[in-house]
Amino acid sequence: MTERVEVRKTHKLFIGGAFPRSESGRTYEVTDSSGTFLANVAQASRKDARDAVLAARAGTTAWAKATAYNRGQVLYRIAEVMEGRRDQFIADIEQGEGVSSKKAAAQLDAAIDRWVWYAGWADKFAQVAGSSNPVAGPYFDFSLPEPTGVVAAVAPQQPSLIGLVSVIAPIIVTGNAVIVMPSPVHPIPAITLSECLATSDVPAGVVNILTGAPGEVMPWLASHADVNALDLTGIVDAGLAADLEREAAGTVKRVRGPKPDADWSATPTVSRMRAFVEVKTVWHPMGV
Amino acid sequence: MTFDYAPAPESRAVVDIAPHYGLFINGKFVEPRSGNYFKTINPASEEVLSEVSEAGQADVDAAVSAARKAFGKVWGPMEGRDRAKYLFRIARIIQERSRELAVLESLDNGKPIRESRDVDVPLAAAHFFYHAGWADKLAFAGFGDNPQSLGVAAQVIPWNFPLLMLAWKIAPALACGNTVVLKPAETTPLTALAFADICQQADLPPGVVNILTGAGETGRMLVEHPDVDKVAFTGSTEVGKAIQRAVAGTGKKLTLELGGKAANIIFDDAPIDEAIEGIVNGIYFNQGHVCCAGSRLLVQESIQADVLAALKRRLGTLRLGDPLDKNTDIGAINSRDQLTKIEELTESGEAEGAQRWSPACAIPEKGFWFPPTVFTNVTQAHRIAREEIFGPVLSVLTFRTPDEAVEKANNTPFGLSAGIWTEKGSRILWMANRVKAGVVWANTFNRFDPTSPFGGYKESGFGREGGIQGLGAYLAVEDPS
Repeated sequence: MTERVEVRKTHKLFIGGAFPRSESGRTYEVTDSSGTFLANVAQASRKDARDAVLAARAGTTAWAKATAYNRGQVLYRIAEVMEGRRDQFIADIEQGEGVSSKKAAAQLDAAIDRWVWYAGWADKFAQVAGSSNPVAGPYFDFSLPEPTGVVAAVAPQQPSLIGLVSVIAPIIVTGNAVIVMPSPVHPIPAITLSECLATSDVPAGVVNILTGAPGEVMPWLASHADVNALDLTGIVDAGLAADLEREAAGTVKRVRGPKPDADWSATPTVSRMRAFVEVKTVWHPMGV
Repeated sequence: MTFDYAPAPESRAVVDIAPHYGLFINGKFVEPRSGNYFKTINPASEEVLSEVSEAGQADVDAAVSAARKAFGKVWGPMEGRDRAKYLFRIARIIQERSRELAVLESLDNGKPIRESRDVDVPLAAAHFFYHAGWADKLAFAGFGDNPQSLGVAAQVIPWNFPLLMLAWKIAPALACGNTVVLKPAETTPLTALAFADICQQADLPPGVVNILTGAGETGRMLVEHPDVDKVAFTGSTEVGKAIQRAVAGTGKKLTLELGGKAANIIFDDAPIDEAIEGIVNGIYFNQGHVCCAGSRLLVQESIQADVLAALKRRLGTLRLGDPLDKNTDIGAINSRDQLTKIEELTESGEAEGAQRWSPACAIPEKGFWFPPTVFTNVTQAHRIAREEIFGPVLSVLTFRTPDEAVEKANNTPFGLSAGIWTEKGSRILWMANRVKAGVVWANTFNRFDPTSPFGGYKESGFGREGGIQGLGAYLAVEDPS
């Protein structure tokens, strides 16, 4: 019996809910932990980054209007869809990171659970981060968190899935859109995740995934006037992080700095959600 | 027959301005190692009020070192309830010395005594009272069970509300257990130096608060100092961007409260008399030297003529002149530089085709003055509709639908504040939801309260001051990932 010739996949970018090739036509090789060829992956360019900003702006404009209850449902649905692709995710992590299938499964479990954790925050975060303020005057004065807008993020190199999910989820749960660069060395779980996102209920443009080199693409995003914030969690080169922060100052972007010592197995705090919201305070008059 | 107001000057006798001030470092006034001094003047008369020190690098080093030592040995380890008592003491002393502080503020800044007496000083005291109570309750503020202080805070403040901005900076910093080095603006150092005296009077431990007078260069040395953990700046967007660049990659926690170009939106069902007062308060309060000033009036087209007529009538009754006169509405422009900037921008308004109007208004011979000014026929492309003027200059634009009002209000890189005038509560909330601004006032404007967080969207900066949210700017949060 002859062995079946497998159908190989060309991995592409995820922008505005679609899967385009890089406008530059470039790809790069991804290998497993022992150096064996795994796949060709799209290498995002400046043009791809700008396309992603357009998609993300449209994404957050619609997504921010969704009810908090709805956003929670949509995030929970991501967890459900990921459950259906367990084998693929485990294989992705196992091959890419060279860990045992047990460890890969544990990382997948944690990633799915993190979506569930953040899904539950969707209709609670405003109650924790907001307030009514007892001002000295005839006003009902209240403060609420609103999404910052478009966030450009760099996920950690490793762990490739739980790190990525832990960066994306707190950004989008409050109504932002994200352009995220996954680990360039282990990008395959991010691609599988994009396929889950495309077939769940996440509106187009809310999550955009650019594979490639952060050092090449992020400077364009850091200086882009329609990007509101940067999440540099996964940047390992301190010099690059500082350059990006300097670029971000051009339009006073909010910046969350690198987190090289992150413990992704620990339960998160609300600080990632707080980093990408604006507190709006309204003075509403009282009177008859 | 006309009725004129008799002069009603507040007495200067309550203030005792020294001819010369040193720097306040480690609980004492010391002469600057830089050996440099500069003069501060009364902008209403150009009279020299005093000579103050210009801190150089050695002085900045000494102040940061004093703050570091005080943080490590005294203020950091101190129980929250004891920190609270010092803040309560300071609040009380500000109240007790309120008349003196108000007169001093009006002399150095040029703002009407009515405003320094009724707004700046009482709010400064209220800010210390509010934050005093937080000092031993931080675990309840939502930043984790055991929120930690950051360390030494470098704080640079503007000249428009000198004592109030000092309070906004120092009160939360101290409540959260940090020590501070604060640089007041070069044209308005006197109330900060009076506050140093208040710290001595309160027996605040040496080094907890340090005050360095100086200009932009002193501020740059302070925020770039390597032993500073936190930088807080209120001022222009241009300088804010430079500071963000300067602290990039250092890990210093940064909050910025920058410029604005707020829309004050008047719907056709608004209570017009109240709205006129709100427009006046929005842009002519403090000579328009307000980052959240309502500098763009967006008036619904159907009532434009009525609103403009009523506004012009009201502006004709404003009294410009001696800041110490209790009847004065419009005081002096803070400095010659600022006056030049206002003049340049208003000239661009005329050159670009907008129509300029000011009431008949006698301008004193000495000092820096600018009459309340209204521009009509303004388009969104005009510089006077885009750039922060920071003066008593209003640009009037119109809209037809609520959607158009939102579109125009948000058509700016700034996002600090907005005003909405309508009798319809649901419309207030509909608009507030769509306007991209950190503070939205409905049927009021330029109202502040220590419990109410203040700060901007977009290029108006980030971080909040005041309220429970403002504490986050001065606390380190344990964060595994």
